[in-house]
Amino acid sequence: MRRNFTVLYQKEVQSYFNSPVAYITLVVFLLINAWFFTSTFFLINESDLRTLFSVVPIVYIFFIPAITMGLIARERNTGTMEFITTLPFSDTEIVIAKFLAGLILVAAALLFTLVHFFSLLIVGTNIDIGALISGYLGLLLVSAAYVAIGTFCSTITDNQITAFITSFLIIFILFILDKILIFVPAFLSSILQYLSIDFHLENMSRGVIDTRNLVYFGSLILFFLLASIRSLEMRKWR
Amino acid sequence: MIEIRNLVKNYGETKAVRDISFSVKTGEILGFLGPNGAGKTTTLRIITGYLSPTAGNVFVEDKNVIEDSMDIRKMIGYLPEMNPLYQDMNVYSFIEFVARAREIDHSQFHVRLNEVIEVCGLKGVVHMNISELSKGYRQRVGLAQAILHDPKILILDEPTAGLDPNQIVEIRNLIKQLGKEKTVIISSHILQEIQATVNRMIIINKGEIVADGTIDELMSDFEGKTRLRLELLNADEESVKAVQSFNSGILLADFMRNDELTTAVLEYPNSLDPRSDIFKHAVKHKWIILEMSRHKSSLEDLFRKLTIEGGANHAA
Repeated sequence: MRRNFTVLYQKEVQSYFNSPVAYITLVVFLLINAWFFTSTFFLINESDLRTLFSVVPIVYIFFIPAITMGLIARERNTGTMEFITTLPFSDTEIVIAKFLAGLILVAAALLFTLVHFFSLLIVGTNIDIGALISGYLGLLLVSAAYVAIGTFCSTITDNQITAFITSFLIIFILFILDKILIFVPAFLSSILQYLSIDFHLENMSRGVIDTRNLVYFGSLILFFLLASIRSLEMRKWR
Repeated sequence: MIEIRNLVKNYGETKAVRDISFSVKTGEILGFLGPNGAGKTTTLRIITGYLSPTAGNVFVEDKNVIEDSMDIRKMIGYLPEMNPLYQDMNVYSFIEFVARAREIDHSQFHVRLNEVIEVCGLKGVVHMNISELSKGYRQRVGLAQAILHDPKILILDEPTAGLDPNQIVEIRNLIKQLGKEKTVIISSHILQEIQATVNRMIIINKGEIVADGTIDELMSDFEGKTRLRLELLNADEESVKAVQSFNSGILLADFMRNDELTTAVLEYPNSLDPRSDIFKHAVKHKWIILEMSRHKSSLEDLFRKLTIEGGANHAA
């Protein structure tokens, strides 16, 4: 990547951390996760983070659209889109910089949940470190996929609320797909199961890293990033 | 050198720009004039690469906007309409961001920074948040980011919109000064602004060029009329009407009698000047002239004629 690209990326990250919104969402995210995780942790009495790994994706359904909704929609709304796209940045650079900035904030949030990981190390016995690492890797991939979806939804409108709702919907559908399998005909169910996020995350939080899961997340991220770039280019031809 | 060839831009069914062609020579300050919605901003957005043309192309120094948009963007300094800025940044970090985006060398940055602060009069607000600045200062920040990389070409879309008269004069002088060494395109719907700053003018209406030339050229092509307003005492309608017999070009456009006071408005081509005849006529009929004032049709009338009366045939 050109030196140029890092400039844009840094500006995005700075504008996140210069505003109180980032800190508020971080705190809310951590509080919700902590509450859901610790309230059952000692009841179940098992030395793993499976509860955390199942709670975080649910919180993500609200959390990530809130983070990504402004990425491009706000620039379109305030008119700075015209400013930034007439500087020597390509549309691809703009999308990747925005995506990475969003991902960094989500990854920072995820980093703070390591506090549960360390408390587990202290109180737990017989811990499967491998499963924890692959679980975190899974969460990171889910984050990237959701941020890519959010970035795309932020390119299709200049209204942040619309961006929030559309990305919430797409993420929510991907999330519930494997929970409605009993309602769909048998021939569809394996397809829907493969499309569902939870199915792939489940494997990883059990400690299995399967290439099928990696390909799934990789193609999801790639698809929505390419769609974002195309959607950004659409402004030229509207 | 900027060359616009057969440029067409449609927004769905709406034809914003209909097949316009013109070129701007290096070192020229071009005024791009037209009523709101004439296609000015659309044309400028195509030159700067924000929009793509539906048909036609724009060439800047042998590069074209369809294939080499990135190279062209590096050559251009652009102040968009409405001057969008990042409200949450301060002036310094904003300019620094633009400098890094423009790949200005670190050693060069402070030289350029000091120069734009000086030229744009930003001293004292450098560490203020953009959201706290007045409209005039924001406009200066917009101009500062446009000239920061010392571009060969400067494109300013309505640079004085929303400024007070003093600020307008300042920005105008600034543009004149910059125009000495750069190619400048400045768009506006305010005539005085263009008149005072540019060497050449293009008037565009409904997506078509209706006039192109220097101000003098445009004015001489334009068959203008003079309006002469008379306020008289002691004048009866018949003797006032008789003025029309001096020359077939003279027309009594308005006549009003209020007790003693008579107000008359005469219209005649700019080439005539019947004022001395009128004075003699007044002496003969014992009129008392309280006022005789002349209003020559100006650039504004030309503008109105070309853009309101659909005078597409008047293209120079």
